[in-house]
Amino acid sequence: MSIEAPLPENAPEHWLRLALKNRSFLTGLLITALIAAMALISYVWTPYDVTDLIVADRMKTMSSEHLFGTDHFGRDIFSMIMVGARNSIAVAIVAVGVGMGIGVPLGCWAAARGGFVDEALMRFNDLIFAFPALLSAVMITAIFGPGAINAIIAIGIFNVPVFARVARAGALALWPREYVLAARAAGKGKALITLQHILPNIASMLLVQGTIQFALGILAEAGLSYLGLGAQPPMPSWGRMLFDAQTRMMVAPHLAIFPGLAIVITVLGLNLLGDGLRDVLDPRLRRER
Amino acid sequence: MTAFILKRLGIGLATLVLASIVVFAVMEILPGDPAQLMLGLNATDDALQALRNQMGLNDPVLWRYFSWAGGMLVGDFGNSYTYSSPVIELIGERAIVSLPLAVISLLLSTLIAIPVGMFAAARRGRMADTSVMGVTQLGVAIPNFWFALLLIYVFAVWLRLVPAGGFPGWSGGIWPGVRSLLLPAVALALPQAAILARVTRSAMLEVLGEDYIRTARAKGMPRRVVLWRHALRNALIPVLTIMGLQFAFLLAGTIIIENVFYLPGLGRLVFQAITQRDLIVVEGVVMLLVASVVIVNLAVDLTYALVDPRLRARA
Amino acid sequence: MKMWKSVLAATVIALSASAAHAARTDLVLGVVLEPPHLDPTAGAAAAIDEVVYANVFEGLTRIGSGGEVLPALAKSWEISDDGKTYTFHLQDGVKFHDGSDLTSEDVVFSLDRARADDSTNAQKALFAAISSVEAVDATTVKVTLNSPQGSFLYNMGWGDAVIVAPETADGNKENPVGTGPFKFANWAKGSSITIEKNPDYWGEAVALDKAEFRIIPDAAAAIPALLSGDVQAFANMPAGDALAQIQADSRFEVVIGSTEGETILSTNNKKAPFDNLKVRQAIAHALNREEIIAGNGSGLGTPIGSHFSPGNAAYVDLTGTYPFDPDKAKALLAEAGFPDGFNATIKLPPPPYARDGGQVVASQLRNVGINLEIVPVEWADWLDQVFKNKDYDLTIVSHTEPNDIGIYARKDYYFQYDNPDFDAVIAELDVSSDEAKRTELYQKAQRILAEDAVNGFMFQLPKVGVWDAKLEGMWANSPVQATDLTGVHWED
Repeated sequence: MSIEAPLPENAPEHWLRLALKNRSFLTGLLITALIAAMALISYVWTPYDVTDLIVADRMKTMSSEHLFGTDHFGRDIFSMIMVGARNSIAVAIVAVGVGMGIGVPLGCWAAARGGFVDEALMRFNDLIFAFPALLSAVMITAIFGPGAINAIIAIGIFNVPVFARVARAGALALWPREYVLAARAAGKGKALITLQHILPNIASMLLVQGTIQFALGILAEAGLSYLGLGAQPPMPSWGRMLFDAQTRMMVAPHLAIFPGLAIVITVLGLNLLGDGLRDVLDPRLRRER
Repeated sequence: MTAFILKRLGIGLATLVLASIVVFAVMEILPGDPAQLMLGLNATDDALQALRNQMGLNDPVLWRYFSWAGGMLVGDFGNSYTYSSPVIELIGERAIVSLPLAVISLLLSTLIAIPVGMFAAARRGRMADTSVMGVTQLGVAIPNFWFALLLIYVFAVWLRLVPAGGFPGWSGGIWPGVRSLLLPAVALALPQAAILARVTRSAMLEVLGEDYIRTARAKGMPRRVVLWRHALRNALIPVLTIMGLQFAFLLAGTIIIENVFYLPGLGRLVFQAITQRDLIVVEGVVMLLVASVVIVNLAVDLTYALVDPRLRARA
Repeated sequence: MKMWKSVLAATVIALSASAAHAARTDLVLGVVLEPPHLDPTAGAAAAIDEVVYANVFEGLTRIGSGGEVLPALAKSWEISDDGKTYTFHLQDGVKFHDGSDLTSEDVVFSLDRARADDSTNAQKALFAAISSVEAVDATTVKVTLNSPQGSFLYNMGWGDAVIVAPETADGNKENPVGTGPFKFANWAKGSSITIEKNPDYWGEAVALDKAEFRIIPDAAAAIPALLSGDVQAFANMPAGDALAQIQADSRFEVVIGSTEGETILSTNNKKAPFDNLKVRQAIAHALNREEIIAGNGSGLGTPIGSHFSPGNAAYVDLTGTYPFDPDKAKALLAEAGFPDGFNATIKLPPPPYARDGGQVVASQLRNVGINLEIVPVEWADWLDQVFKNKDYDLTIVSHTEPNDIGIYARKDYYFQYDNPDFDAVIAELDVSSDEAKRTELYQKAQRILAEDAVNGFMFQLPKVGVWDAKLEGMWANSPVQATDLTGVHWED
């Protein structure tokens, strides 16, 4: 290999230094880490068992015993939020994974082949974008029945064109670059070039987009489970907790406040992390902010 | 230019045809028998069979697709299984709730977002900018249905200023109708406004960095004039794109918001129709929504071409 | 000027006094479900009857507020000695809302239409005993049965058996034309249905000029609508946990009545291990009815021990048959060969009593070792999977049809219950018209079901009636799925 792809503009130490200076990255990282930790801890420990219904204790307000109070079945809301975090994160991660796993190869393929393949992919994108996402999610869960898996499929499908677009745009910009042309001249196949030269250089873009889609995924999951189409009881989920809270809000506002705050804080954290990552990884964008 | 318009139109039409096939196929595999649902637990088999014949459910698949798709072309969306009235009438009755809702929230969101975005851009990097951007960051993170719940709690339950839900219809005058759409519109608009404000700000920043703006400033043009007349006009392209995308988002958002506020709009209609297996209503409403998204995107594309001749050439 | 002012003041006072004096004649009622259409003879939805029964449409007989059979379009009838022939004498001067006269031909048409081969009547079984319907003269109808049927007069009082006119029958879904004291005025889909006084009504005129049924599906919307006065009555309010707040408000009257809704943990009696009596008994012992009721929002509901409404005169309290006793439940499971319990699924349709109640039930059964997987289903899927194809272990549903204990004798019913002794009781019930005998048979039937622990019998769905304290004449109980407004009026 005579001509090497240039090293990504930022060597690891370089962007680590940038990252430590970036406030939104740090805040975002901290919040995300906290929520993730809560979700992980819930696997081994929660203050109370969320599958245990103690109806006699229903709708207790906040106390030292129940930090966020109890719900209409007497379950501890703090514990439910911990377990709910696990559900939200799992659904969003897998949905984004599905979107990336299908969308990125498609986008790279379209960029590499061009012509008909490219055109067909763009039209396929148009088609999916023409369906209001939530509406289609409702239809999908109507067919397969409500549940976390189907929420993942519904959210995942709408991530495919997003990643396909980002990957295609990034790849198209790279193909005319000298080092790519050189690799082609050296007789490398398109697939190999994509793997060795294109993907590493669009990785940062995909990471940023992934973080944003992750936040959107959490919102979408909450919306679906609010409509009763996401994770099903006894598995607690934030959206479902809000649905249950709605009719009881006048008597017990705490039922609605804490799950909502959990969603806002998580999404906020992820968005900050995404913004921060973009600043750190992409110096061209940094100039604009 | 004509070629560009024709190409866009063609793509729009192809999308609609494909979408109709997808929608129809999806409805075909939906489990559950509408006839059984209509007649309930004690229905006898021959009553069910009679009803299925009456509803045309026993016809061959292709026949049903073409009669449905063909009917739509002439404005006939078929008859609802559950309401037994024409789908187009149902859509009309619901659209007079959903459309005003979407329009009010789009207006609200635009009226808030553009000035806020410009304000932040003009004061880039200062306290005002940072705090505005902080608030929009929060706005983007708030799920609209939760925001709606909080609004209900404060303005309907606590202050009793507006109704907590339901829709009195337009027969009693404009105001009672608008009054009951206020909270839902705010709930839909604010998260959208947060996104739009961020886009406006960065589009403005990009434009403000361009040479001609600097020239205009250097020539002594007042700052305000530069901002509103020159910069905004050029920053509008990305803003319009986002607004086009948001339209689709608002339409879908009505599904959740109409459920929170019990508004008899299109979103609730389609949601109910899915659970009641009123397939023909679902098909009709989804196609209508898809069509409106396609049309809005087409309009946005064409507006681009008008605003920016370079894009015309590229197509 | 001063004078003018005082005249004005006096007028205002006089006007407002007279306004206060003449009682209100309009009413807005909240209903939870929107009817799919308004023809009670072509759909099972209770929401249809809740609007039109007794108000817009009438049958030969009607069901009164206590569940009794009253004369309606038939002012009287004779029953032949063999119990197979009913001769109905129709009221005079009855007109349909389109101005045409009611004749015996309309009755023949309505009953023949309901039992025809291509009938789409949801309760075709009500008419199964009829062998022929003849018009004797303009106001006399003779109905001949295949065999005597004790409940025939009651059946004719169902909403599915109302009398319609041949000219308008096909349009009733959209524009119902009946003989009732109210006629249909307007339907704003998704929002409200309005009926207004029928000036040409044959019977006693109603006090209300106009009644609007506003569709309010949930507590979140119902409570503010009631508090703000937009809606003045709910025959059955989805108040949930906010009920206490309304009860404390003197502007409203809250009447907790009973419905015909037996809320049960339906069990697939032919599927292992539920075909084992010991397993079903164990489930019965594992259920804590008080906790299930408390977990269901308002905390209301009457515990039941069999499939029978506590509001009915023939009711026996059988809740003690298998009292709450988790240890006994575990012992029974061990005896049945499941010392470590087993796994099963529970399919839950959308109403809160099922979705919320199901979580409590699952938690209670887990305590005795039965692990339930919760599967939420839409009504369409419930009908398809559970009701039609019997593909289920357990499910929760409220059987709201009145007096429906006979479903346990149906061979193909989704409980898959099969007990010849029970069938014999129901068969005997079908041919007995003596009240004492019927009561005895009903009680016997209840006992058999309770002892066989056919289903987990949980509670009778409450009817949470909430209305303006000045409104009189609303029904406390709902022996039929109806909102009978014929006696409703405002107090001064």
